Amino acid sequence: MGDWMTVTDPGLSSESKYISQYTSETKMSPSSLYSQQVLCSSIPLSKNVHSFFSAFCTEENIEQSISYLDQELTTFGFPSLYEESKGKETKRELNIVAVLNCMNELLVLQRKNLLAQENVETQNLKLGSDMDHLQNCYAKLKEQLETSRREMIGLQERDRQLQCKNRNLHQLLKNEKDEVQKLQNIIASRATQYNHDMKRKEREYNKLKERLHQLVMNKKDKKIAMEVLNYVGRADGKRGSWRTGKTEASFFLRNEDEMYKILLNDYEYRQKQILMENAELKKVLQQMKKEMISLLSPQKQKPRERADDSTGTVISDIEEDAGELSRESTWDLSCETVREQLTNSIRKQWRILKSHVEKLDNQVSKVHLEGFNDEDVISRQDHEQETEKLELEIQQCKEMIKTQQQLLQQLATACDDDTTSLLRDCYLLEEKERLKEEWSLFKEQKKNFEKERRSFTEAAIRLGLERKAFEEERASWLKQQFLNMTTFDHQNSENLKLFSAFSGSSDRDNPTVHSRPRQKKPHGAPSGSPVCTSKLTKSLPASPSTSDFCQTRSCVSEYSSSISVLNTTPEESKPNQVGRECTNQKWSVASRPDSQEGCCSGCSSTHADAHIEKDDLP
Amino acid sequence: MNFSEVFKLSSLLCKFSPDGKYLLRITVWSLCTKSVSYIKYPKACQQGITFTRDGRYLALAERRDCKDYVSILVCSDWQLLRHFDTDTQDLAGIEWAPNGCVLAAWDSCLEYKILLYSLDGRLLSAFCAYEWSLGIKSVAWSPSSQFLAVGSYDGKVRILNHVTWKMITEFGHPATINNPKIVVYKEAEKSPPLVLGRLTFPPPRAAAGPLSSTESEYEVASVPVSLQTLKPAADRANPRIGIGALAFSPDNCFLATRSDSVPTAVWIWDIQKLRLLAVLEQLSAVRCFQWDPRQARLAICTGGGKVYLWSPAGCVSVQVPGEGDFQVLSVCWHLSGDSLALLSKDHFCLCFLETEQGVGTAFGQRGDHT
Repeated sequence: MGDWMTVTDPGLSSESKYISQYTSETKMSPSSLYSQQVLCSSIPLSKNVHSFFSAFCTEENIEQSISYLDQELTTFGFPSLYEESKGKETKRELNIVAVLNCMNELLVLQRKNLLAQENVETQNLKLGSDMDHLQNCYAKLKEQLETSRREMIGLQERDRQLQCKNRNLHQLLKNEKDEVQKLQNIIASRATQYNHDMKRKEREYNKLKERLHQLVMNKKDKKIAMEVLNYVGRADGKRGSWRTGKTEASFFLRNEDEMYKILLNDYEYRQKQILMENAELKKVLQQMKKEMISLLSPQKQKPRERADDSTGTVISDIEEDAGELSRESTWDLSCETVREQLTNSIRKQWRILKSHVEKLDNQVSKVHLEGFNDEDVISRQDHEQETEKLELEIQQCKEMIKTQQQLLQQLATACDDDTTSLLRDCYLLEEKERLKEEWSLFKEQKKNFEKERRSFTEAAIRLGLERKAFEEERASWLKQQFLNMTTFDHQNSENLKLFSAFSGSSDRDNPTVHSRPRQKKPHGAPSGSPVCTSKLTKSLPASPSTSDFCQTRSCVSEYSSSISVLNTTPEESKPNQVGRECTNQKWSVASRPDSQEGCCSGCSSTHADAHIEKDDLP
Repeated sequence: MNFSEVFKLSSLLCKFSPDGKYLLRITVWSLCTKSVSYIKYPKACQQGITFTRDGRYLALAERRDCKDYVSILVCSDWQLLRHFDTDTQDLAGIEWAPNGCVLAAWDSCLEYKILLYSLDGRLLSAFCAYEWSLGIKSVAWSPSSQFLAVGSYDGKVRILNHVTWKMITEFGHPATINNPKIVVYKEAEKSPPLVLGRLTFPPPRAAAGPLSSTESEYEVASVPVSLQTLKPAADRANPRIGIGALAFSPDNCFLATRSDSVPTAVWIWDIQKLRLLAVLEQLSAVRCFQWDPRQARLAICTGGGKVYLWSPAGCVSVQVPGEGDFQVLSVCWHLSGDSLALLSKDHFCLCFLETEQGVGTAFGQRGDHT
């Protein structure tokens, strides 16, 4: 390739200068250039890369760079950058696709390589640290090994010395023992020698003594003897020989007899003593046995979990021993068999007792160690827990008591007696006033009720009177009508119809008429009102004539007024009641004779209210 | 008067008679019939002749042709009942048991051997504790014949029982006492009260005479107590070691011993419990002690001017009143236990023991008391 001409960007003068400097100096082969390019690429990419990368390929040497790259890539095994040539010597077109693919491949490769490099570096670091660590360990272990070797040597040395000492001491001991033995032998031999000599000397001595005495006796002029004072002499001056009676056999035998008697007495006496001692000891043993049995038997009655075979044996033993006791008591003699039996049974009982005590000890120790929970036995831990809980409870209770006491004290001491009484009075007053209010209410209600009752009764009376009056009027009117009707025949049938209509259902012809009498319903006694209404309806002649209607109306208006009068009374009597306002309104509605339905409804509602209110009042 | 008892006394005197020794025979003098009888070849050993307690039999140790024999004689007619040889090298002593049925015979100190023969001459048992060292020094029977105490040169007392004739226990005599249960009585001098105005020159005689006129009392020493020991000369004969004296109390409860290596102390053992009960340490070496024949009361003398009495209740030191120095060399109780004879070299003193008051004394010349 020829010289590369630099193309400098106007904005990057310094860097490009460097680059240009660098690249202008090169006049080398593409491969070296390529390596230089790689070196350049290792420079940090913060510098302008584009100018760098543009150093390789410029606008002038595109073809060359393409061919170069193609060569390189093909050597690396990538597909060619050129398109397939159609013929020789023709200019090959650049295969863009191939170029892009190659670029991609190269990028991928680059990434892989970077990753691999990273991994390798990390691994390298790890291995380096491992190596260090292992080296340290190795050094330490070497040291330890050294020290332990030295110790071992020292100990071995000491052991050897001690063994030497031991051997020496053993040797000394043996020597001493040998010496002792030797000395003892010497002593023994000396003793025998000495005895022999002593005997010899004694014999010699005796012989000499005899000879001396003989000699002395021969020359016995002077008697060197005791001076006998107060010589108790006999008649003949001689010493009488004392007949000791050696020769007489009877004496001899008698002596023998006496001697044997004495001996026998002594033996008998001793035997008696021994027998007595024996009997006492046997008694003691039997008592011990009985006590042991009694000790063991109540224990075995309780079915303990750890009861083993010994229980069975004990029970059988007890039975056996009972029999034995009875037998033994009769045999106070020390027969071999009885003695053996007694000792054996005692031994058995003792063994059982011992095993039992051991079991108890084990039990206690188990409870201490394992916290074993038996039916009867509470483990120590549980016990402790329980006690802790109880203590806590006690604490809490105590605290509560304290606080309560404090509060009480506060209550007691914080206010004086007066204030307390005042307070008490205040409370009482409050209650009293409440009660009073309630009483007053109650009384008012009572009054109201009384008033109502009175008014009702009055109303009822009045109603009755009015009814009477009305009936009389009706009767008179009917009479008149009848009288009038008798003049006109054609009105009879209508009247009859009317009558029948009235007598029948009253609702058909004149709903208003019905409504009117219905007004009267609540104002009588609540239960007995429908009767009067029906009567009223009956008494009312239902003639469509307006005059009649007016008349009836007038009657009704009267009644309504009376009704309104009646109805106001309960109004007045209960000013306090809640919900009265609506009824007042209704009543005001009712006072208007036009809206009779409203009045009716108002009546019914008030009635209902009155009912309810009546019920409410206690 | 029982003939044999009198005779016992008389023959005891004869034991030491020059007549018997010279002629190598024992002369039995009958004081009633004024007749004489001779017994040949008695052995001149420490305790060669012994009467049974009831005076019926006499056991005599003899030696003929370098062999020891024992003859049992009936005292009533001086018949020879039995004659047997003993398997001893050099019979040192014989003693009847108080019940008169067993005879103990022991060898000289060169050999530890004690043989027990029954009345009819059968050998019942032989006991030997150890060999080669110096052997038995003293022997004592308990009054009930149940125990036989053998004191030996190794400083121990071995108790044999009469049933098996085997050792049941041995009592050692150490120089230091550590057990706090043992009561140690130490005799201490009471300093004489200084009387002002009487100091004369030369100093009074009381200082010169060591202990004869000074009062002394017993103090209870607290354990541990170390007693004064005497180092014996190892190369001489008859070394001062071993149990020199043994005595049982008449009620069989106590045994009093003296160890010659601790010559100033008297050890009192409780036989019922077989342990040491009390130790009395005197200011000088104990010479002699004897139990009261009736009760457990021990009288001790040390060659000074006092007699010491011990009983389980306590002990007391009594000054023998008298002019000059009265050196009590031995004591002897009266059979009734009421009086005590204190013997010095040429005087004797009779003490009367009263229950409440002190001791009364009466003096007498020792004279022909031998």
